Amino acid sequence: MSSVTFDNATRMYPGGTRAAVDQLNLEVADGEFLVLVGPSGCGKSTSLRMLAGLEEVNDGRILIGDRDVTDVPPKDRDIAMVFQNYALYPHMTVAENMGFALKIAGVNKDERASRVLEAAKLLDLEEYLTRKPKALSGGQRQRVAMGRAIVRQPQVFLMDEPLSNLDAKLRVQTRTQIASLQRRLGVTTVYVTHDQTEALTMGDRIAVLKDGILQQVGTPRDLYEKPQNVFVAGFIGSPAMNLLTADLADGGIQFGARVVPVDRDIIGQTSAKQVTVGVRPEDIEVSTEPGNGLEVHVDLVEELGADGYLYGHADINGKRTDLVARVDGRTHAHAGEKVFLIPTPRHVHVFDVESGLRMNAAVSAD
Amino acid sequence: MSASLNITAATVDPALLDLPWDLPLENWPNETIASLPKGISRHLVRFANLSGYVVAVKETTAEMARGEYDMLRTLQRMDIPCVDPVAVITGRSDESGDPLPSVLVTRHLKFSLPYRALFSQQLRPDTAGRLVDALAVLLARLHIAGFFWGDVSLSNTLFRRDAGAFAAYLVDAETGKLYGGGLSNGQRENDLEIARVNIAGELMDLEAGGRVDDALDPIKLSDGIVAAYRSLWTELTGSESFSSSERWRINERVHRLNELGFDIEELAIKTDETGSRVRIQPKVVDAGHHQRRLLRLTGLDAGENQARRLLNDLDSYGATFAKANMDEEMMAHEWLIRVFEPVIKSIPRDLKGKLEPAEVFHQLLEHRWFMSQNQARDVPLAEALTSYINDILRHRRDEATVIAPPTGAITLPTAVIDSPNENWRDRV
Repeated sequence: MSSVTFDNATRMYPGGTRAAVDQLNLEVADGEFLVLVGPSGCGKSTSLRMLAGLEEVNDGRILIGDRDVTDVPPKDRDIAMVFQNYALYPHMTVAENMGFALKIAGVNKDERASRVLEAAKLLDLEEYLTRKPKALSGGQRQRVAMGRAIVRQPQVFLMDEPLSNLDAKLRVQTRTQIASLQRRLGVTTVYVTHDQTEALTMGDRIAVLKDGILQQVGTPRDLYEKPQNVFVAGFIGSPAMNLLTADLADGGIQFGARVVPVDRDIIGQTSAKQVTVGVRPEDIEVSTEPGNGLEVHVDLVEELGADGYLYGHADINGKRTDLVARVDGRTHAHAGEKVFLIPTPRHVHVFDVESGLRMNAAVSAD
Repeated sequence: MSASLNITAATVDPALLDLPWDLPLENWPNETIASLPKGISRHLVRFANLSGYVVAVKETTAEMARGEYDMLRTLQRMDIPCVDPVAVITGRSDESGDPLPSVLVTRHLKFSLPYRALFSQQLRPDTAGRLVDALAVLLARLHIAGFFWGDVSLSNTLFRRDAGAFAAYLVDAETGKLYGGGLSNGQRENDLEIARVNIAGELMDLEAGGRVDDALDPIKLSDGIVAAYRSLWTELTGSESFSSSERWRINERVHRLNELGFDIEELAIKTDETGSRVRIQPKVVDAGHHQRRLLRLTGLDAGENQARRLLNDLDSYGATFAKANMDEEMMAHEWLIRVFEPVIKSIPRDLKGKLEPAEVFHQLLEHRWFMSQNQARDVPLAEALTSYINDILRHRRDEATVIAPPTGAITLPTAVIDSPNENWRDRV
């Protein structure tokens, strides 16, 4: 097992006007589960393929442990692309299916047997080692296939959207299982997805990319509570964070008839008269009392049992702005009504209106 | 049948609607299923009869079925040898309205065979070697087109007999991706490594089932694809430089590529500042050198090696019977009506499904050569033909759509739920 380092790694496609991956600097610790996430075309799969050796690195380096693998062919990098090409052979036993690639690689018989046994123990397949795949359940077959990758004892597992072809229910179930197995094995893993929920639920840390540029890397909590810019703020979390342009007022930010207090230091950082404010749907107080915050027309309330989500729109400086707030499932406003929204104190994310960069500290946990 | 069944196809065959789409593929009745040797597949694949053709039906997700359908169509447009995509069917549901997986329907190529059908008892090393060589040619062609396969294997390939060799066709494009700017060396190397491991696995599986000749070494054979691919790749794309006094080497390179079955569409030629050295590199190469010449001269569509064989016969016919002022086209026409067509017409109707016409002609030429060797005389074609039909062709199985004992397919679902309470570890 090993760490992975992207050191200013850059990928330019021939004829491209901008880099597909632009000076990526990222360290994945030994044994860590790192998720690369971002919208389509952000460079996440390209980054993974650079690590796998499938894409040329035009500038910078990639290291696995202390070893510079930038110019090393894929098969010599000691990595395994999991969930790919995992045919099971009907006439070979489970042990043979798991160990045949080691035979091709010239690993001796004793070593093969001990690695297969070790992997079988990890995967609870010990008692099936002499059986043929036909005698196994679908789930057991998948574990045999996984065993093929494990016996190679790679330094790093790479997974490129392995759940993208499953339906929603299976996706939810499978993602926790992959994450659990990875923790049991303790193998450094780089996982690519476009789905921020998958990223939040699976990764030790998450790296968010956009347009080939790393936006932020941190734990799921870091990204949720202290997004470094407007893009990460809007990308991480579902429903997405409310982002709106608000006027600065004396001592705070204008929210309808009220001012939400914000540290003077923060306001002092900008010469603009406005800021971009981010508020998560769960950090909003809803009131029916006129003047108690931003006036919002309710368009729809989505009932989820204990909770619900209120979707509405407000008029801010003549511009229609859509908003979402989490509301109590039993007592909430209805479509067509008028409500007043105000962020709960100290749960406001403030971003520079020009650069989109974060201006305040993390929102507090209380 | 579900009212919302949705069929996407370039040309709709109404018979498609008659297949039992409301049944899971594994429960399809025997009368719709064609018995073909199955390979090893991640998804359940079965073969069905449709309007006189055999189609392969694969259950998968709607997204993957559509993706693969589009990919196969694109590859076809690029003249890549691959199976024919027929339709994508989504919105299937069973009698009680529960959804069934989407399917991709592809047309089984006539006279094409899965590798498991290419031997009756045991696979011999020379046959395996020819399969690996054919796969190497297909892989090089795919890579030149910018296609990264991702799952190169004998199971994902169909083979057609091609005058003593095989021609390989891509069957499974599920994991493949086209890169407009071409492939990196890393991508090509990765495909080669996947091929090496998969071929070794497939041969070891046959070995475990007692289906290979003792002399066959799976690891040595699977290493063979690397060597075959590399030498072909170097010939197809490598640059070479030589003194400008050796310009005949340009023609020699073109000739070597022709011999390998490729035409050069574009050749980059550069001279250095002093003009004393020349560097050449093929930029665009096109497979099918002999196929195109045969098609142009005779209108016959054959495999590359078959075409080479037929052209050799045509050329020697020309050398023997050429009259003054007779051009190549006229000679070819004469050969076609005097030699090739009479042979094919004399094949009894009940034996027509044994082999393709061009393959029959190739085998006949081989047979005549052996007869002539044995009898130390020039055996006339007509005499060889009678002997070939009665002693050889009649005893072959029909290969138009091979029916052989199916080998078990082990399917590996991407994810399954055996029961709601199962152990989580059952699902990784």
